[in-house]
Amino acid sequence: MPGKTRDHISQNESLLFEMSSPGKKGYQLPDLDVPQVDAAEALGAANVRDEIEDFPEVSEVEVIRHFTRLSTWNYGIDLGLFPLGSCTMKYNPRVNEAVARTEGLLWAHPYQPAEVAQGAMEVMAHLEAALAEITGMDAVTLEPAAGAHGELTGVLLIRAALEARGYARKKIIIPDSAHGTNPATAAMVGYSVQNLRSNAQGMVDVAELAKLVDEDTAGLMVTNPNTIGVFEQDIVKITSLMHEKGALVYMDGANMNALVGLARPGDFGIDVMHLNLHKTFSTPHGGGGPGAGAVAVKAHLEPFLPAPRLKTVGGQWQWDYNRPQTIGKVRAFYGNFGVLVRALAYIMAHGGPGLRNATLDALLNANYIRKGLEPYFDLPYKSPSMHECVFSDDRQAKLGVKTMDMAKRLIDYGFHPYTVAFPLIVHGALMIEPTETESKPEMDAFIQAMIAIAKEVESDPQMVLKAPHHTRTSRVDEVGAARKPVLRWKPTTLASKAAD
Amino acid sequence: MYPEQYRYTKEHEWIDVQGETGTMGITHHAQNELGDIVYVDLPKIGAAIEQGKSLGSVESVKAVSDIYSPVTGEVVEINEALSTAPEKLNLDPHGEAWLVKVKLTKPEELSDLMSAADYQSYIGA
Repeated sequence: MPGKTRDHISQNESLLFEMSSPGKKGYQLPDLDVPQVDAAEALGAANVRDEIEDFPEVSEVEVIRHFTRLSTWNYGIDLGLFPLGSCTMKYNPRVNEAVARTEGLLWAHPYQPAEVAQGAMEVMAHLEAALAEITGMDAVTLEPAAGAHGELTGVLLIRAALEARGYARKKIIIPDSAHGTNPATAAMVGYSVQNLRSNAQGMVDVAELAKLVDEDTAGLMVTNPNTIGVFEQDIVKITSLMHEKGALVYMDGANMNALVGLARPGDFGIDVMHLNLHKTFSTPHGGGGPGAGAVAVKAHLEPFLPAPRLKTVGGQWQWDYNRPQTIGKVRAFYGNFGVLVRALAYIMAHGGPGLRNATLDALLNANYIRKGLEPYFDLPYKSPSMHECVFSDDRQAKLGVKTMDMAKRLIDYGFHPYTVAFPLIVHGALMIEPTETESKPEMDAFIQAMIAIAKEVESDPQMVLKAPHHTRTSRVDEVGAARKPVLRWKPTTLASKAAD
Repeated sequence: MYPEQYRYTKEHEWIDVQGETGTMGITHHAQNELGDIVYVDLPKIGAAIEQGKSLGSVESVKAVSDIYSPVTGEVVEINEALSTAPEKLNLDPHGEAWLVKVKLTKPEELSDLMSAADYQSYIGA
């Protein structure tokens, strides 16, 4: 195994603080040609800040190189397969960026009067209509800034609708195969959470659900396909059961990329759902953000949507603030507009058949990887996979190597790790989602890497336990970092003063 | 491994009752499944706790998990040492790393819990 190259500075970057040397600077100001003013006298001493001790003094090129070098240490979807299950790390087509940089959209300002923002408003109206069509729902708000924010908005809508009926009810039922943010969302809205165990196929147990639903149940939060990538085949029974008891059904749309063009939540009884535009609709995701968590509802929840709403009057777009039943604003202005533009560009560039094709390719890819890895890794749930597959480390754990260790080793092979130890219903989970982005050669390289790791676990488990070996930083002490976190770098001068 | 006099829950807590007071914690199996524990969130002294309801949580590098109370009662003491040394839960979950002591108000609930032998067959040990 080749050793590490740590000699060149680009392989071993210091902090800007450590590069500092007194008097260095990245600017040059002309001599003062007006009388100097004493800031303390002019503003009052209390308003004048002291010099920040040990603030880094560096040149422009040092700053540029520092951040450019750090950027080369990164791994992103533009470098290769990014199989982080449930996160849908798909390629962000460059046409999205081109459209988002259209003059007028790029510089649109939320304080522009409606008369001179007609184009931007039309973009939002088109996106709302497209998302409503794709989901089979009646109305969409684009305000929420990300997935969990969309969940919060959705459950607030459920509460508002039930309150309008006279009783907000007390609890929300959440299957153990749902996304981890769902229980937090329900609790934030003031509901108690009732956990529903999955059946042996990893799906909602309808009989068990029937026992839990009562007059105090506000709703069910279901993820479909669920976190093991399996379609809830009893979903119509589930939504009917909830509706019979006067409860509503929220769908976490994080896995909607498995359904676009194939099935519509509105058709299988969902009342309210969110969409992660930064997953399903290809906008930047993961460090690059920001996200967008549009929420789609059936007509009976429309009056409660965040205000303002778009409307047309005499062929002109206007904002309608006269929404007496609204839950109120959930974000400043109208959502992450630049992201919304990109999502609409993606939808329009694909068109209906193209979106459906993307979905079919995502399902094909996940099943290709499942087939390729099934002989080497334990697959606890055999139900058909949609857009992702979830293995367990049971076979490797017997030899002392767990999912996290194999994920670290995968970095050595040049891939971003899969999702580790989630969902919790799978013991030692390896959750893999290739998305439609990947070609067969890229997936074959990934499958070969995973098979090689499975064989290494048998031949040399110690080597896998110490991975990664080919990275600038070897295995980091995650337990130490969580137990005794060092939250900021301290200048040596301050540290030595503290020691004095 | 699993003390005979303790009683166990399906959610992997144990309780050791002496007179009116019970000492409770999480089982060896639980800490092993959670992995390295990095934080423990315990109730305040005097808090009322209810059987089967969450009384706090333990956080490992993998996940945050609720601790479900084996019995109903009032918290009379908490294990302060765990706030600075959560790793004790990995080392001695049935002893030094007990979580809370509770004054039982419904001692009859103990009959809902498992014996050491039943718990071991439950976890397949």
